Amino acid sequence: MAIPLSYNLRNLVVRKTTTIMTALGIALTVAVLLSILALVDGLRTAFTASGNPLHVLVMRKGSDSELTSNFTRTGYQDLKFKAGIARNKAGEPMASLEIVTVINLPSVSNPDGSNVTLRGLSPIGIEMREGIRISTGRWFETGKREVVVGRSIAARFPASTLGQKLRFGRGEWEVVGIMDAGKSANNSEIFADLNQVSSDFQRTEVLSAALVRAADAVTAAALVNDINNDQRLNMGARTEVEYYESQTSSALPIQFLGMFISAIMAVGSSFAAMNTMYAAVARRAREIGTLRVLGFSRGSILFSFFVESVLLALFGGVLGCLLVLPLNGVTTGMSNFVTFSEIAFDFSIGFPIMATGVTFAVVLGALGGFFPARMASKKEILVALREV
Amino acid sequence: MEETVIQARALTKEFVRDEFHIIALQDVDIDIHKGEFVALMGPSGSGKSTLLHLIAAMDYATGGEIRVLGENLRALSDREIARWRNHNVGFIFQQFNLIPVLTALENVELPLKLTNLNKQERLDHATTALKLVGLGDRLGHFPRQLSGGQEQRVAIARAIVTDPALILADEPTGNLDAASAQEVLSILSRLNKEYGKTIVMVTHDAHAARSATKIRHLEKGALLPEGQLPAD
Repeated sequence: MAIPLSYNLRNLVVRKTTTIMTALGIALTVAVLLSILALVDGLRTAFTASGNPLHVLVMRKGSDSELTSNFTRTGYQDLKFKAGIARNKAGEPMASLEIVTVINLPSVSNPDGSNVTLRGLSPIGIEMREGIRISTGRWFETGKREVVVGRSIAARFPASTLGQKLRFGRGEWEVVGIMDAGKSANNSEIFADLNQVSSDFQRTEVLSAALVRAADAVTAAALVNDINNDQRLNMGARTEVEYYESQTSSALPIQFLGMFISAIMAVGSSFAAMNTMYAAVARRAREIGTLRVLGFSRGSILFSFFVESVLLALFGGVLGCLLVLPLNGVTTGMSNFVTFSEIAFDFSIGFPIMATGVTFAVVLGALGGFFPARMASKKEILVALREV
Repeated sequence: MEETVIQARALTKEFVRDEFHIIALQDVDIDIHKGEFVALMGPSGSGKSTLLHLIAAMDYATGGEIRVLGENLRALSDREIARWRNHNVGFIFQQFNLIPVLTALENVELPLKLTNLNKQERLDHATTALKLVGLGDRLGHFPRQLSGGQEQRVAIARAIVTDPALILADEPTGNLDAASAQEVLSILSRLNKEYGKTIVMVTHDAHAARSATKIRHLEKGALLPEGQLPAD
């Protein structure tokens, strides 16, 4: 049987100042890592929640985003009658021609203005997005300069609250509604009437993309193939889910930076844990000698000090989780490098992320604790007993 | 025929410290039998503690051989020695060496963690050992809450809790006042007389040595013949 855990726990309590300082160092490292993971996870959630597996997004061949795509009204007429496209209760094909552009609005964090995605769409486009509901106000009316803004936009851009007027295109647009799109990226968009937007931006014939709904999942795959192989249409298609998944690459630079900073901090924290444990081994040399005389093996000593380091790190890990927990659900925004506009999303700190943080801390503790524990186990009994 | 617990022949311990060649123990022959209470006396540096450490396998001889409880300790691995020590030897230190973060009961229970006893059995054994040394009312006390004499009695309880055949004590009264020292010596004497424990005690104190059934003197690393005192 090993040296009792209470021995390690009480030693951590006895030298509480050292324990707390070391744990805080580990906690900060974990907090930085978790903040980044929460940010990336929030961004991923926003993108993955945006795609409907039955929706097929059709853009110009070679385009990576709706912003850089062109789609003509003629092409749309050819597209919407393709086999496999679902129809609504009125019997109309569920196909939405849309224009996507960016406008500049002053935000809370950037008074000089940030890019925001403006989507012009027709009533069928709204009908296709069942996950979106109006939380305040109403939908825009066709033929009018009215907009509905996403919940995140309303929160982060003071000029875009209900009843305000936004100036873009050829005039002022009234905010008539706030939409709630759940966790999807549509919360970071402004919706307006397709024809009004295309007219204001002088793109009446050449719009951006078309969204179509397939009758079922199998048909969606067939529809993607059909459109991609249609030489006359000459457009590229992919499911909406795939499209948004590809945009998670926006998170890569910040993810890399976060990981890099975390790695540097991890080295520091690991050394701090190592230093603490070396001090503990030095201070408790006589105890080590005594334990050996009582019959505990070198392995037991190694395991005991190793576990103590891991416990210390575990405490730091839990502390780190508690430090970042208030971030959970906080809305933030960052540039989407695919659409060149801001996307707002919530920090998401779920159990898997916290488990990652605690595991990370345990690894730090294990790395920092192994060598001091090994040193403790290597001490000769008499040498240990004579140390003060 | 008396059962020999410790048998040393030409036992030698030499080491080099700061370029000086030191002979801590030289050609020591000794037989200690079951049930004896032997006091090892001698001035500082005479080798008495070295002999005790060799008996406990806390150190290795550089020459000669030693068998303790019939075991040639040199032939055992590190892990085997640890197990052997746990089962057969109870060690009492001058400075008590209790684990400060554990209570008296937990300190005494500690060696039993290496046995097959369950939790309740361990606690029962530890409680019995503490009662035996008169500390039945101090089970939950931490070492800092005990007097020096009480700490040493806890250490004795820890040394006897596994019911070892051999008890080794290194200056057990060296850090105690006269009254506490007498208590400790009484306990050791009782363990020897009533429980038949073989005890080897290193001491400077002639009064303490008188508790033993046999006194052996060492001088400059050599064990003097029985009855012979050091020259000075």
